[in-house]
Amino acid sequence: MNPTVPAPAGFVTQTRYRKVRDRIVEMVLLAAGLVAMLTTLAIVAILLYESSAFFEHVTLREFFTDTLWTPLFADAHYGIMPLVAGTLTTTMVALVVAVPLGTTIAIYLSEFAPNRIRETVKPILELLGAVPTVVYGYFALQFVTPLLQKIIPGLPGFNMLSAGLVIGLMIVPYVSSVSEDAMRAVPRYMREGSFAMGATRLQTALRVVVPGAFSGLAAAFILGISRAVGETMVVAIAAGMQPNLTFDPREPAATITAFIVQVSLGDLPHGSIGYQSIFAAGLVLMTITLIFNVIGFFLTRRFREAY
Amino acid sequence: MMDSTNTVRPAEGAGSVTDSRGRLGVTMDDTRKARRIDVKAAVEGLNFFYGQNQALKNLSMLIADKQVTALIGPSGCGKSTFLRCFNRMHDLQPDTRYEGSIMLHPENINLIGKHVDPIEVRMRIGMVFQKPNPFPKSVFENVAYGLRLRGVRNRALLAEEVEKALRNAAIWDEVKDRLQDSALALSGGQMQRLCIARALATRPEILLFDEPTSALDPIATARIEELISTLRDQVTVLIVTHNMQQAARVSDYTAFMYLGELIEFDEAAKIFTNPSKKATEDYITGRYG
Repeated sequence: MNPTVPAPAGFVTQTRYRKVRDRIVEMVLLAAGLVAMLTTLAIVAILLYESSAFFEHVTLREFFTDTLWTPLFADAHYGIMPLVAGTLTTTMVALVVAVPLGTTIAIYLSEFAPNRIRETVKPILELLGAVPTVVYGYFALQFVTPLLQKIIPGLPGFNMLSAGLVIGLMIVPYVSSVSEDAMRAVPRYMREGSFAMGATRLQTALRVVVPGAFSGLAAAFILGISRAVGETMVVAIAAGMQPNLTFDPREPAATITAFIVQVSLGDLPHGSIGYQSIFAAGLVLMTITLIFNVIGFFLTRRFREAY
Repeated sequence: MMDSTNTVRPAEGAGSVTDSRGRLGVTMDDTRKARRIDVKAAVEGLNFFYGQNQALKNLSMLIADKQVTALIGPSGCGKSTFLRCFNRMHDLQPDTRYEGSIMLHPENINLIGKHVDPIEVRMRIGMVFQKPNPFPKSVFENVAYGLRLRGVRNRALLAEEVEKALRNAAIWDEVKDRLQDSALALSGGQMQRLCIARALATRPEILLFDEPTSALDPIATARIEELISTLRDQVTVLIVTHNMQQAARVSDYTAFMYLGELIEFDEAAKIFTNPSKKATEDYITGRYG
């Protein structure tokens, strides 16, 4: 009944003011979160809308079974598979480079490197990710391809091998950085358990830390795949832009992204079928990325280790 | 109680070992005296440093073979640091230094010698940690881990040794139908017994326990204590515990440490009923720590 401490003047209004302020901050944060979500939804909606117009002209059957992609030719074919093959091939080549290299670097940085070396190497590695991709593209075309042509005679000037290798190098920092974080998150007492059994550092890294960090490693590889699938400049510059249904990395080919760039830069009339085809291609690209993300999600969940 | 002339003597050829107060190890009652108790390890003049900071000060004591020796003392007294000298865990940290010797008998190898490979030491001395730390592998592979590191490939032999270790650690019946399941799905107490099985599988000469029950509930704790008591016939046990009742229940010998020094080392019965140092008595009666 008798408050022992009298409320200071303005106490009640201060409380109300604080509540209002909290509320405003909450709304601002919510709005920021919604922007990201709505953008994604809007992109999906536009892709679906524009490609629905495309699919009024082209049957799904033709889209997935035709082996030619020539939407800009007089004799137009709309088979997405050549572009999908190009995308998957460059991505595979990139992963063959990035997964072993990125994982090895991560193991070194997390398990072997003294603190000083790690603190120096990590930022430099991350700088690799900051190099503009157009630079990587010309690096592939002007440096890597001539080099490869010395090893593989008859290699065309445009080829998926060179582009894939360079994309691989480009995504190494992503793979190694996320992998290293995952490995460093394996608790020390787990490593100690291994050392106490008489294991060397390499044995501990390979037999305990890597399995312990599996979910994080899977996430790193998926991130790498997403980057490689979506990479545009390198393939547009170095892999050639002719759709080509092949999984041979020595061949030139176009990827989905390269095609989209090609068409976007041209002057196709808005609403023409050629114009709409890039939305269908974009939808396929997004679906591929989505599939890998879903695989990654389940891998991560399946192998999540609760320490 | 016997006078201090009845002591655990170092094994033949080990030379005499005295503690910082110039007194030999441990008093013994008549039943123990009838049994010959060998020395498994002799610690002499052990100093340990983290950088400039001296964590252990001139420790000398004997570790009796196939007996349980407990290290007790308040937090920060250096008992875990001492334990981790035996398998050179400190070598994993930069800027640590040992002085003195821990001679492993009967071969007289100095465990902390500069030319002794820590991996060789850890091959012979097992350890169980405070927090159960099974590897992210199956139950079977956890126990087979040490054997595989030692080059055992034969499947039949692995299976046999894994079963033996799991039986020794009193967990076989609980896991025999789920050997291929992840070890991380076990309960805390089971995980800890699995870790004991993992250590036992390589037949260590000394098994170190670093507060092995502090993360467990009372029932799981009781099972681990029971297990430690049964291990005494197979292996020399050195256990750090902050729980004095536990030390009293499981140990044959008990060392009381305070501020990096060994205050008193004697038979557990003597330490807990009739300690000779005031500091020990104050600690076990709960006056500080």
